[in-house]
Parts: sequence; structure tokens; C-alpha cells
Amino acid sequence: MSARPQMEHEISVITNDLLEMTELIDETIRNAIKSLKEKDSDLAREIIKDDEKIDDLEDEIKDKCLKFLATQQPLAGDLRFMISVMQMVRDLERIGDHCEDIAKYTLRFENEEYMKELIDIPIMADMAAKMVKNSIDAFVNKDLRLARKVWKADEEVDELFRNIYDELMGFIERDARKANQSVMFLFIAAHLERIADYSTNICEETVFAMEGNYVME
Amino acid sequence: MESKFEINELNLYYGSFQALKDIGMIIHGNKITALIGPSGCGKSTFLRTLNRMNDLIPGVKIDGTIKFDGGDIYGKDYDIINLRKKVGMVFQKPNPFPKTIYENIVYGPKIHGERDKSKLDQIVERTLKEVALWEEVKDRMHKPALGLSGGQQQRLCIARCLAVEPEVILMDEPTSALDPVATSKIEGLLEELAEKYTIVIVTHNMQQAGRVSDFTSFFLSGKVIETDKTKVIFSNPSDKKTEDYITGRFG
Repeated sequence: MSARPQMEHEISVITNDLLEMTELIDETIRNAIKSLKEKDSDLAREIIKDDEKIDDLEDEIKDKCLKFLATQQPLAGDLRFMISVMQMVRDLERIGDHCEDIAKYTLRFENEEYMKELIDIPIMADMAAKMVKNSIDAFVNKDLRLARKVWKADEEVDELFRNIYDELMGFIERDARKANQSVMFLFIAAHLERIADYSTNICEETVFAMEGNYVME
Repeated sequence: MESKFEINELNLYYGSFQALKDIGMIIHGNKITALIGPSGCGKSTFLRTLNRMNDLIPGVKIDGTIKFDGGDIYGKDYDIINLRKKVGMVFQKPNPFPKTIYENIVYGPKIHGERDKSKLDQIVERTLKEVALWEEVKDRMHKPALGLSGGQQQRLCIARCLAVEPEVILMDEPTSALDPVATSKIEGLLEELAEKYTIVIVTHNMQQAGRVSDFTSFFLSGKVIETDKTKVIFSNPSDKKTEDYITGRFG
């Protein structure tokens, strides 16, 4: 039996909650892009409505962390673990907000045809979703190598974002009638870029939880 | 940072049992150093080597050096009386003498030859103010010290220690017999006292070590495993054994 059964139990409950929240976020990112790509307004409305669930999960996990801090008074690795979880759930909640914003753009496009087929944005969304999931997996499995790998992968997302930007700016320059949609798509890409950034925060928190520093390279 | 004590290759034996093994440490002046570790790890024994209190225990053998302000306290001809005057001690259980509050404070100065009544009065007022007890007891100075509450008795013991103008105060679990309010008063006092004195405190209460000390030293099986700034020890210790102890995995 563990020397600290109550502490280990609470840590495992919080870890499971974090995994549950991550699963929900992963699904939300994928649905946000699916609804955009397939112009599925119902799905978009669902995402907007379900953002509350993500907010509630954040509050619930933070409450558990607070109780853990107050009653177990963790130190060293345990303390860093809790601080990291509290930062991560805030990052995950923000990711949820970005998905909600993407869903709102889907609704704006409800009654108009897209000027072009969406190719790079779904690729970018897929990359960002994987980064988020892998960053939390790295944390839960204490996998420093994976955390640093995900952190590094942000460069690829940034590069794709720059390509999308150049492409959309080209549309605007060539045809002012496409400016409105181009700007909307640019905003959506920017949301995805932010989501990837949040996953790098999670990677940094993982390194902090395990090593007590933020050395990523 | 001025170093008050420099300990090198210190070993201590109780008969054939080695209680301290090759201790090396620096204790900084006007700082609070906490000694933590499981029961029997040697932290109280180590504390008592700093004013040679272990000399009083039969069968104790010590080698290595402890320098106090540069002087080797285990060297030949070292003035132990003066050492114990400069390095005072406060124990776990408040232990006032069965005398009046006033007599408790002036006991030390009198032994060291102070007879001037007005000077003794000044010492009493100064030290009781230093431990924030003056307002509570100034009207019953000549009442028995044992009539005070536990927390007040412990502050009186600290005042008694200060009366002979020490430079260092050694504290062996000074609040473990006190309630949270009395504990918090003593802890608040420590920070103020550290402006004038060097404090070394043994504590089993990890949160207390975290709250009050500048440096923390972790003892295990007679050895110092790690000494560092308290913030580092409690947030990111270097040694796995330290981490395991402070997070409750053993001890």
C-alpha cells in the first residue's frame, strides 16, 4: 500500500478529470472544424451551447486542486503538479473559447457559399488538436520527450498559418469581393494558431511539473 | 552573507553508535536555518553540537570541526561558558524555572555577574518586549512564571535566553507543544528576532520550516542529504530522498 493513500487517490481523481476534459476539448476542436467545413449549423450551435460544460469542468477541477492544496499541503513535485494542473485547465478552457468563436464564424457563413474549398485550415486544425491531446498525454505519462516534441511542433503550425495568411491576402488583393470571407478565414486560422500555442503552454507546465524549470530545448 | 558557523567533517558517536556522519555545513548569520528529517536522523544531536550541549552526555565522542565566528569550539582552551552564553537554547517543552517571571529573566544575567537593579529591570523590559510579552505580563512581573499559558511560557523562555545577549538561538521544536495561535505568535517573533540573532530551528512541521526559515537542511540517518534555500528545498529539491521525505513518502 502507498505511504500516502489519500494523497495518491486525490491526485488520480484530478488526473482522470483532466483526461476527461482533454477528451471533451479534442472532440470540440474536431467538431468546430467539421461544422465549418461541412457548414453544419446544428453542430456549430451545439458547440456554442456545450462550452458551458467545459467551463464547469474547469471549475470542478480547480475546486479539487484547491481542496488538495488546502488539506494536503503538497510540497515539491506534488506542489508543482497541482500548480501545473491549475494552469492547464485554464489553458484548456481558453481552447474551448476559441472553438466557440470558430463555431460562431460557421453560423455567419450559414447562408453563403465558400469562395473556395477548405484545405489548409482543416490540416491546421488537425495538427492543433493532436498537439493538445499529446501535450496532456505527455503530462499524465510524465513523458518529457513527448512534451518537448509537441512544443517544437508549434513551429509547423506557425508556418502553415503564415502560408494561409499569404494565400488569403492574395485573394483580398486580387478580388475585393473575397475580402470578407478571407478575413473570416484568417481569424479562424488565428484561433487555431492560438490553440496550438496553448498546447505549448501545457508542454511547458509539464516540464515545470517534472523538473521545476521551463527549459524546453 | 556572513557565515556564523562553519561545520566540517563532523562525526559524533554515542558509544559505538554513530549519530552524525561527516557533516559539512555553513550556517549564515542573521538568517533562520531549519533542520528537518525523520525522528532519529540526528538533527537534534547536531543542534546540540553547536553549543556543546552533547558534552554533558556520557560516552559521546566527537571529531571534525565547528567554527563559530572563526573559532574552533571543540579546540583546546575554547571558553565553553562564553560559547553557551553566545549560543542560547530553547527547548520543545516550555521550561521556565519555578520562580517569578522577573526572576526567570534575570537569572542568567545575575549568574554572569550583573547586580545593578536598574540594569536588570532594563533587561527584563527589553527582552519581554522583544518577545512581545511585555504588555501581557508587565503588571504581574513577580507572579510565578508557571502561571502563564504554554505559549506565554515559551516566549518567556525565549526572553530568558535573550537576557544574556546571545548571538545565536538554537530551538528544538519550540512550538510542538503549543496550540496554533501560540505557534503563530512564536513564528511571527522569529522573523523579527532574525534581524538581531542567528536562529537554528529543529522542526517536524514541514509547513513551519517552509514558513519561517531562509535555509533548510534535510538530515537522514545521521547525514546531511541537502542544504539549500528553503524555497528551493520545498519547491524543487535536488535529491530524490529529500523529495520523498517532504512529500510524505517515508518518515
